[in-house]
Amino acid sequence: MLEKYRNLGLSFLVVILGLFGIYLVSGISPYIMLKSIIISAFGSIYGLSETLTKSIPLMLCGLGLSLSFRSSIWNIGAEGQLLMGAIGATWIALYVMPNAPKLILIPMMFIVGAICGGIWALIPAILKVKFNLNEIIVSLMLNYIAIEFVNYLIYGPWKSPYEWGFPYSTKFPISAQLPRILDTRIHYPTLILALVLAIFIYIILYKSKLGYEIRVIGDNIDAARYAGLDIRKIIILVLILSGGLAGLAGVGEVAGIHHRLRVASGISSGYGYTAVIVAWLGRLNPFLIVFVSFLFGGLLVGGDAIQVSLGLPGATINFINGLILIFVLVQSFSKIRLYSTKKGAER
Amino acid sequence: MEKILQMKGITKRFGNIIANDKIDFGLNKGEIHGLLGENGAGKTTLMNILYGLYTPDEGEIYIDGTRVKIRSPNDAIELGISMVHQSFKLIQSHTVVENVALGLRDTSFFYPHKQIEKKIKVFSERYNFRIDPNALIWQLSAGEKQRVEIIKAFCRKARIFILDEPTTMLTPSEAKDLFRLLKLLKGEGISIILITHKLDEVMEVCDRITILSGGKRIDTVDVSNVDKDKLARMMFGQNMVLKERQEYSINFYEDVVLEVRNLTVLNDKGLPAVKDVSFDIHRGEILGLAGVSGNGQRELIEAITGLRKVTRGSIKILDEDVTNIGTKGILNRGVAHIPEERMRMGIVPSMSLEENVILRNYDRAPFSNSLLLDYGIISEYAKGIISKYRISALNEKVPAGTLSGGNIQKLILARELSISPVLIIASHPTQGLDVRSTQQIHELLLKKKEEGCAILLVSEDLQEIMDLSDRIAVMFNGTIRGIIDIDRANIEKIGSLMVGV
Amino acid sequence: MNFIIEVLKATIPAGTPLLLGALGEIYVERSGILNLGVEGMMIMGAISAFSMTNITGNVWLGVLISIIIGGGMALIHAFNSITLKANQTLSGLALTMLGLGLSGLIGKGYIGVPLSGKLHNLPVYGFKDIPIIGPIFFDQDPLVYISYVLTLIFWFFLFNTRFGIELRSVGESPDVADSAGINVAKIQYLATFIGGMMAGLGGAYLSVVYAPAWIEGMTAGMGWIVLAITIFSLWRPERAILGSYFFGCIRVLQYRLQPLGISPNLLNMLPFIFTILVLMLAAREISRKRISSPSSLGIPYFREKTL
Repeated sequence: MLEKYRNLGLSFLVVILGLFGIYLVSGISPYIMLKSIIISAFGSIYGLSETLTKSIPLMLCGLGLSLSFRSSIWNIGAEGQLLMGAIGATWIALYVMPNAPKLILIPMMFIVGAICGGIWALIPAILKVKFNLNEIIVSLMLNYIAIEFVNYLIYGPWKSPYEWGFPYSTKFPISAQLPRILDTRIHYPTLILALVLAIFIYIILYKSKLGYEIRVIGDNIDAARYAGLDIRKIIILVLILSGGLAGLAGVGEVAGIHHRLRVASGISSGYGYTAVIVAWLGRLNPFLIVFVSFLFGGLLVGGDAIQVSLGLPGATINFINGLILIFVLVQSFSKIRLYSTKKGAER
Repeated sequence: MEKILQMKGITKRFGNIIANDKIDFGLNKGEIHGLLGENGAGKTTLMNILYGLYTPDEGEIYIDGTRVKIRSPNDAIELGISMVHQSFKLIQSHTVVENVALGLRDTSFFYPHKQIEKKIKVFSERYNFRIDPNALIWQLSAGEKQRVEIIKAFCRKARIFILDEPTTMLTPSEAKDLFRLLKLLKGEGISIILITHKLDEVMEVCDRITILSGGKRIDTVDVSNVDKDKLARMMFGQNMVLKERQEYSINFYEDVVLEVRNLTVLNDKGLPAVKDVSFDIHRGEILGLAGVSGNGQRELIEAITGLRKVTRGSIKILDEDVTNIGTKGILNRGVAHIPEERMRMGIVPSMSLEENVILRNYDRAPFSNSLLLDYGIISEYAKGIISKYRISALNEKVPAGTLSGGNIQKLILARELSISPVLIIASHPTQGLDVRSTQQIHELLLKKKEEGCAILLVSEDLQEIMDLSDRIAVMFNGTIRGIIDIDRANIEKIGSLMVGV
Repeated sequence: MNFIIEVLKATIPAGTPLLLGALGEIYVERSGILNLGVEGMMIMGAISAFSMTNITGNVWLGVLISIIIGGGMALIHAFNSITLKANQTLSGLALTMLGLGLSGLIGKGYIGVPLSGKLHNLPVYGFKDIPIIGPIFFDQDPLVYISYVLTLIFWFFLFNTRFGIELRSVGESPDVADSAGINVAKIQYLATFIGGMMAGLGGAYLSVVYAPAWIEGMTAGMGWIVLAITIFSLWRPERAILGSYFFGCIRVLQYRLQPLGISPNLLNMLPFIFTILVLMLAAREISRKRISSPSSLGIPYFREKTL
């Protein structure tokens, strides 16, 4: 019990020290900074709409990661999987069936985007299962490769002849653009998809056979082996699903917001990485993840705002993310210890 | 005689189990003192207290007449006490020299290897045995590893050596070498405590013997005043009278459930751990598999349950060849498995009790259809199991990891027995449990036998094996040394087979 | 021939930050701690060295501060994983985010600023005239020579001293080390700290010698490549040379091949593709030689003393 309070104290100490660090480095008071983040993200209808817009990819990626983390597979590659989804959607919209009606084109974009993200996640899965490669490093490397691939496409073969030399793909046809709520940027089909998927993931995790297997593998792989689970098959399946969800996020970004493929850093402001924190802060629970996504969507909006209003660099948000992750980490360790001492007692 | 060590009134409790009950123990300078008793008599606990691994609840320790407090192995080492554990404390991927150097504070910072190599050379010349200082530990035989442990103790200039069941893993000739070495060390004034349950050993090498039974000291005797029969009576005496089995008769059907033929299985290092083993288990039979741990029992069990690949030979269940068909296939043919390390393998600690109850058949009706689990049925089922097997838990939703050891074992047993098995593999089913839980588990196994299950019971507890089995197979060094009908078995006979005599 | 020598000569400085980082991470992982925060520590080393050098005009003060900052960041990870026994993967990721963020904050004013100090090449007399070897290895800046010496020292200490034995034992079986009276936590703290200092130094090399400039996010995945090199080197300092210079060479070729008309984006993928290939190579060797990563890597050590 005492330990719990100590950790709580420690966590807050981390955050206070961190904010003080920002003050030292930039000379900007943390109070003003936080206030301007909160006001810009949650203080106006526009802010809220932007927050919701940015929370959509976080939800999708976070939900996917929760499946993977739940089975103790460290997929850090949501960023790359998202970008591959964006590439897949662009391919369908511009090159495969640009003249298809909306009702066919949009679902196809989502399906192919999910497949592309899933395939991108399949690579670390197969390398892990076949060669026992560390999935963290492989999935991270694939992020960098995906970034370069997107940039290659838009500077190279997919570069639009109509954009005065800007690194953009051609604009999507209207039938490939997602509808939005009024004049906000909330592309609601993706939002609805994310919310439905949250319920779906919840059912998978807590009501389905696959979820049961995922949780057994994640908590005690020896017990999984003993119970005769097909561990390799499940790992591969989990990563495909995980990547597929991130791929959907990528489709949402290009079809809902940009309406074209553009430089990787323009499509995703690190959603895939932020989603790692979202997933853990949401304790890998789908509904909590939806809620936490909204908060982090706000943080991203606020981050953009303080760049403009306070002249802080975009990387500030990275720093705050890191602080929050340490905060989560310090909180969660006592649970791990509980079971370890139990094991000791058993011997 | 000069007393180098005295332990007075040592008491140690684990929960409500008294592992050591007011034990007095004295060690003379330059003697080999046997600490004799069956498994669970409290020998290892007593020595772990002396080595600082446990703190006693009561009692005092004197070294050279001064009272000492030993809080950690470090304290013990400082006092000149060294322990050679049954499972060696060696780093497998390091060399002999590196293992010896670890924990020797008085070697030089640079190139400690050279100094240690010299020390090892001196030691091996003086006591006439060979060891390659630059060999990697995992390449060594058990006997050689033990020598490394002894060299470690020697280099630390220990005055008291504790050896925990040192001959368990040794071949007879290696054991002879060890005894020769111990006698030499004794001649130089080193005092040695030999923890064992083997009568031949104490008679051969010890000067005095302290006998423990059920956590109490029975007596300390000079080896010249006793014989093996007398020692055996002191070791087992009370227990044997207490728990006499009504009828020592074989009682099972003729049809074979498990047929194992010429089975060869490799261990993790790729060396044969089970060598050409054959046996049958019949319907309604309990076959006890006795043996000191580490003689291939684990690998044999893992092969039968599909967790380990069979290299040669065959396994048949009810006349169907199931060799290498995998865990699921074995399970589907009605084989229950109560695993040895129940926390490591048997449960998923963070998942609820009800989810653990269905671990082995979650993918079948009525618990699930092709996609979803039916938690309504699962809860009802778990509630039934909890009351039927008297598992004490708040409800069926608590994480399994929060249950006590006995209740976890009952949970595993309940789960395994509920698949209506034809064959039960029970690996150390009562290890570490209190008397009540042990009895409940024994009753359950006997009931299943009545119902016609074939049971393979692996245990280090000879009493348990004697109490439950129809026939007893003894495993040593990867082979089965003999299968004895219970009406012709006795502890001595099995004990001697267990050590390969 | 001249082209090859030129490429190889450029390879050494390109591989040096990787080598420095990998040497450190080898010690960290040898002690059983997995620090995925190399990227964050490197970039913090880069910005702190760059800013210090610009303030004082002295490159060596910059290098010094980068070592301190890198070590300091590693202590956060050490505290998380050794004292709190928290999840090491997450802690390492957090460190990376912290580093990338904070360096961006600090470095905002330094983008496009020229460096006020410079480290000149210092040919080694007598050695620099050896054909081929001389111009490649001995016509470099002082930090490169320091990296040679450090490789030697790291190798020597790991295999020929008591400290090395203790370090490796802690990573292999902390319980055995503990029962031999070794202070497991102390060794792990020290190793993690050393790892951080080396990552910081690697970052410093990048910003004050190799570039020399401050670019936001300039490590661009090098920290992760360091982790791959650590595995590829099979946790041996002398083998880290091979891996580091290999990736250094790829980096050089990346620039040399651009004039041939290959898309720079595709060339930029090369190090990351090769990282995966190198990991596969290492995995094959690991399974063939039956060696393994330090057995307790990434697993917190709990002393299970009492029942």
